[in-house]
Amino acid sequence: MSALTDIPAAKAEALPPKQSRVWAKLRRNVSAMVGGSIVLTFVIIALLAPVLPMPGPAETDWGAVRKAPSAAHWLGTDEIGRDILSRMIWGAQASLLAGVVSVAIAVAVGVPLGVLAGYCRGWTDAIISRFTEALLAAPFLILAIALAAFLGPSLTNAMIAIGLSAVPIFIRLARAQTMQVVTEDYVEGAHAVGLSHPAIIGRYVLPNIVPPLLVQATLTIAAAIIAEASLSFLGLGQQPPSPSWGSMLNTAKAFLEQAPWMAMWPGIAIFLVVLGFNLLGDGLRDALDPRDH
Amino acid sequence: MLSFIGHRLLVAIPTILLISVLVFFLQKLLPGDPVLALAGEDRNPEILEYLREKYRLNDPLYLQYFHWIGNALRGDLGISLRTQQPVLTLLAQKLPVTLQLATMALIIAVVIGIPAGILSAYHKGTWIDWLANVVALSGLSVPNFWLGIMMILLVSVKLGWLPASGYQPFSEDPLQSIRTMLMPAFVLGTGLAATLMRHTRSAMLGVLQSDYVRTARAKGLSEKVVVIRHALRNALVPVVTVITLLFGELLAGAVLTEQIFTIPGFGKLVVDAVFNRDYAVVQGIVLCTAIAFVLMNILSDALYRVLNPKMSDR
Repeated sequence: MSALTDIPAAKAEALPPKQSRVWAKLRRNVSAMVGGSIVLTFVIIALLAPVLPMPGPAETDWGAVRKAPSAAHWLGTDEIGRDILSRMIWGAQASLLAGVVSVAIAVAVGVPLGVLAGYCRGWTDAIISRFTEALLAAPFLILAIALAAFLGPSLTNAMIAIGLSAVPIFIRLARAQTMQVVTEDYVEGAHAVGLSHPAIIGRYVLPNIVPPLLVQATLTIAAAIIAEASLSFLGLGQQPPSPSWGSMLNTAKAFLEQAPWMAMWPGIAIFLVVLGFNLLGDGLRDALDPRDH
Repeated sequence: MLSFIGHRLLVAIPTILLISVLVFFLQKLLPGDPVLALAGEDRNPEILEYLREKYRLNDPLYLQYFHWIGNALRGDLGISLRTQQPVLTLLAQKLPVTLQLATMALIIAVVIGIPAGILSAYHKGTWIDWLANVVALSGLSVPNFWLGIMMILLVSVKLGWLPASGYQPFSEDPLQSIRTMLMPAFVLGTGLAATLMRHTRSAMLGVLQSDYVRTARAKGLSEKVVVIRHALRNALVPVVTVITLLFGELLAGAVLTEQIFTIPGFGKLVVDAVFNRDYAVVQGIVLCTAIAFVLMNILSDALYRVLNPKMSDR
């Protein structure tokens, strides 16, 4: 008998905790590690921007207008002699901030509404779902452009506009996940022992819907970075002279023949950081997929 | 099937009404007085008052909404404050341009995305699969407005092969029209090709492991017949429905693509209207886009049922 009862205990000891299992899987995924490294590199560069030995992002050098990459200016200079490398590094702050803050807004608004809809069902669900469908019907970027125009052009408003446009994605995902979790035996058990609704949501629902939300958040950061660059490109995001990859591309468009490097670097940076988040998001999805455990 | 579509249309009505409310009130919150924009330099108070009366801007908001939605239901989306043309006329002028761009982009996306997805699934785990995935993920990660700029630099400025901007109506000169649209369509189609590739790969992987494909192979059919006649036909069911859902992405992508290549389409109309605070045009565009998107969703569901016999029984 004791041998039989020992088996589950032994098994439990043999299995590593879920977090370390996910981490081990993620570490084995080369693409995810490459993506994570790209993101980490950009984060470090953005954080180090104020202490790096280079000219300020708005510092002009009229003697070096539209100069090609050289030892003095590694990535060249722009139309008023500003160092492109410096503007790129400061622009990384704007882009990463826009990605993270927009998604934080979308999660903060979308997840509570989605959980509420999935947990309460009935009228609450019907109202929230209709609202979500209405918002989802307007294409993401068109909605973000309309909202950014309404709020006025600035980086903060662009982040709010992108965040609000991404809200329905998180409402829908959180609702679907909650509806799945509330049918589990352990939630029914919690109801049976008289646990309050907020306690059930906090203790059982939220922890179980985090993995898919984490994957979605990582992938949405990538989309939000492109959206911020798009809004800045249209003149609805970061305003001059503050640097942003999107607004740098907008200016560069007018100097394509004379200074093609002005258009090259910001685009490569957007591509790399978005690719990094996409690779990381895909890797996280695979690592968190319960079917593979 | 008809009752299914009828039911879905009924369910869509409250959604569309809610969209109209959101669109109307969002535009009303825009900063700046549209009448001042309309009057231009002339700030005569009498003229401003006349314009406010003419466009019912003195009415309470809810009355303005009922007036607007009532007219919209009759096909009158108002007059553009900037061009003084009916919004519907503007949409009718610009839509064919964007539809041509979207159709060409979709063709490019299908031609690249579906074969790449099939190859990737068929050669799962090999370098072909890896390469297709890397290219697809790159396609998803590249901002299409930057790709547009780079293509102008390479194809137009350096090589001089295609024009960098402009538009030629298809009805006037089909060949020149395709030439001017080729580069914008490629730029718009790249991201969609990547999405299609990933969906095709995923659907093909599921189908290639199914029993009927195993049976077809066991019967001694050639790999070509097994892949094309048995696997692809079934794998395309979800892919076709995804194509209809790409409509929203196409329109959103067109906004930036048209801006870069100076194409006088729907996307450029949106941006110009936003910058000129042309309320009626923005309202009309967002409302029409949203309704079209809801209808495309219904079409997608209906197509899925038509293509998938298991669903049509339900």
